[in-house]
Amino acid sequence: MDLAYTPEEEEFRARLREWLAKALPTLPPKPSPQDWPGRRAYDLGWQRMLYDAGYAHVHWDASPTTRLIFLEETETAGAPYVGAGFVGLLHAGPTIAAEGTPEQRERWLPPILRGEEVWCQGFSEPDAGSDLAALRTRARRDGDDYVVTGSKIWTSHAEVADWCELLVRTDPAAPKHRGISWLAMPMSAPGVVVRPLRTLAGSAEFAEVFLDEVRVPVANRVGEENDGWRVTMVTLSFERGTAFVGEVVACRRVLGELARTARENGRWDDAVLRRRLGRLNAEFRALWRLTQWNVSAAEASGGVPGVGGSVFKLRYSHARQELFDAAAEVLGAESLDLEQSWVLERLSSLSYTIAAGTSQIQRNIVAERVLGLPKGR
Amino acid sequence: MRFQLTGDQLALRDGVRAVLARRFGGEALRAAVDDPRLDRALWRELGAAGFFSLRVPEARGGVGLGLPEAVLVFEEAGRVLLPGPLLATHLAADVVPGAAEGEVVVADVDPGGLVEWLEEADVVRGDATGAVALKSVDPLTPLHRAPGAHARAADPVAVLLTAAEQLGTATRVCELAVQHARAREQFGQPIGAFQAVKHLCAQMLVRAETARAAVYAAAVTADPVDIAAARLLADEAAERGARDCVQVHGGMGFTWECEVQLHLKRAWVRARRGGGGAESEELLAVDLLA
Repeated sequence: MDLAYTPEEEEFRARLREWLAKALPTLPPKPSPQDWPGRRAYDLGWQRMLYDAGYAHVHWDASPTTRLIFLEETETAGAPYVGAGFVGLLHAGPTIAAEGTPEQRERWLPPILRGEEVWCQGFSEPDAGSDLAALRTRARRDGDDYVVTGSKIWTSHAEVADWCELLVRTDPAAPKHRGISWLAMPMSAPGVVVRPLRTLAGSAEFAEVFLDEVRVPVANRVGEENDGWRVTMVTLSFERGTAFVGEVVACRRVLGELARTARENGRWDDAVLRRRLGRLNAEFRALWRLTQWNVSAAEASGGVPGVGGSVFKLRYSHARQELFDAAAEVLGAESLDLEQSWVLERLSSLSYTIAAGTSQIQRNIVAERVLGLPKGR
Repeated sequence: MRFQLTGDQLALRDGVRAVLARRFGGEALRAAVDDPRLDRALWRELGAAGFFSLRVPEARGGVGLGLPEAVLVFEEAGRVLLPGPLLATHLAADVVPGAAEGEVVVADVDPGGLVEWLEEADVVRGDATGAVALKSVDPLTPLHRAPGAHARAADPVAVLLTAAEQLGTATRVCELAVQHARAREQFGQPIGAFQAVKHLCAQMLVRAETARAAVYAAAVTADPVDIAAARLLADEAAERGARDCVQVHGGMGFTWECEVQLHLKRAWVRARRGGGGAESEELLAVDLLA
């Protein structure tokens, strides 16, 4: 059991740190959260910089520890997160890399790495959220095309995406987990309509996507017909693996800022609040250690992200909400002012126990797959 | 970075688990509850096995291992509710002659003023003058309160090893709850098939595994702030885990016969030791301003 990094890992960290120090000052100003085209350009530009510097692949073929270091260092330095590149880099990309044909990999992977194309995720539907396999969007075969009709929801970056990783039902008669196929759909195809959704934080983070007789070439199917559920499961755990490393680093920084703010505005003298911040320090230190533990476990098992991700996500998503609740205590009346960044963070933290599998679904996963409890209601 | 148990550490853990299963299994636990006296023969066996001298350097006759190994051993002791002033004797191994071998039983006046196993001890460290016996909530831990004890900062090693024992309890009560949830049938199916029960068990595991990462990391760094964090999470995982385990057992969980009560009560006793609660929270709060 140790927490020391190898000389190669330390060298990677040092080189990355040096590059970040030079690269970050050359970044253009950050666009406003509502400026979608601006955000797309900014995020793709950052990915291009990573590509040119040789870091584009880090999410795909670096060791889990190297990836941990990458996320730790980029966050510490205040670098942009993957942003609009999220689905391409962390989900569609790994899926195509694992399950695609050589032609498909050649067509879609290089533009993702070079920061040229944005992907979005067409999984959830209005009547199939947590029960993802209940999806009803139909794809009927017509010659060399699928003809797709239905609707998707909670689709982040849909307004600016070039491609959508789309789950469709190709065999309505099959049991619900079978009969699903995975398609790469161009967002520019006729019949695709995107309607932004406004979140409770007032922003348009994601959208509804309506599909009316959209023609998608059969050649765009990744994996076998009706095998899309398995194809999806191959990479879903990616989201639950090291995806939150940068965020834990960021939360620890926020906690330090909270303590300093409390000292300045006099709230630090409140022992109850001070102890609450102390406990949050324990929480986020432990989450960082849990991350290191999971990464080491993944490394030991050949890089496969395990169910440790569900344990982590459960604990982290609630801790994040507690952190921004504590921020409201520190801010006092200002915690009701939407101009305060911590207030927006508090609102957006509500999504963490819902997105990418609700806490209730995660608890089922932990109970059934880790503890071996029987399936049931 | 290989933040996983090494082969040697796994072997140590399994070896200790095997010794404890043989020497202090379920029946021995029951017998000890009925007759809570210190088993001197067991104490000497623990000494011979290196329990107390684990961290004493080889040059001074000890086993020469470190904090991570001690944490694994104390976690196993916590799992089976091994009775006796294990921590006090371990901490005295290099100081009190005979402690390392398990010939001498050492009790310790905790910074909070509690003394565990005072009457059975051969040596008492700290000022136990005028100590008054409590009717201990834990049938396996006799307690005294020492009025003359002066509040002082807790020894980080004691704080960490207490956390390790709590981790053992957190892990064990999760196992007990899962075992029961799979076996006990109601409404025609195992109660573990009901989400309400499933989610209790899942939260027990989440708390235990989060505490595990914190405790093991603190053992590696030996940093007092890491140790404080580990202790807070381990106390929480043990106390809330034992409570949830009672809940999963239903009416059975509220009986004397059910093992869970012993875990809950021991977790409460350990949580009162110095370095828990407010003390750790204040230390971690100050660290934020560092």
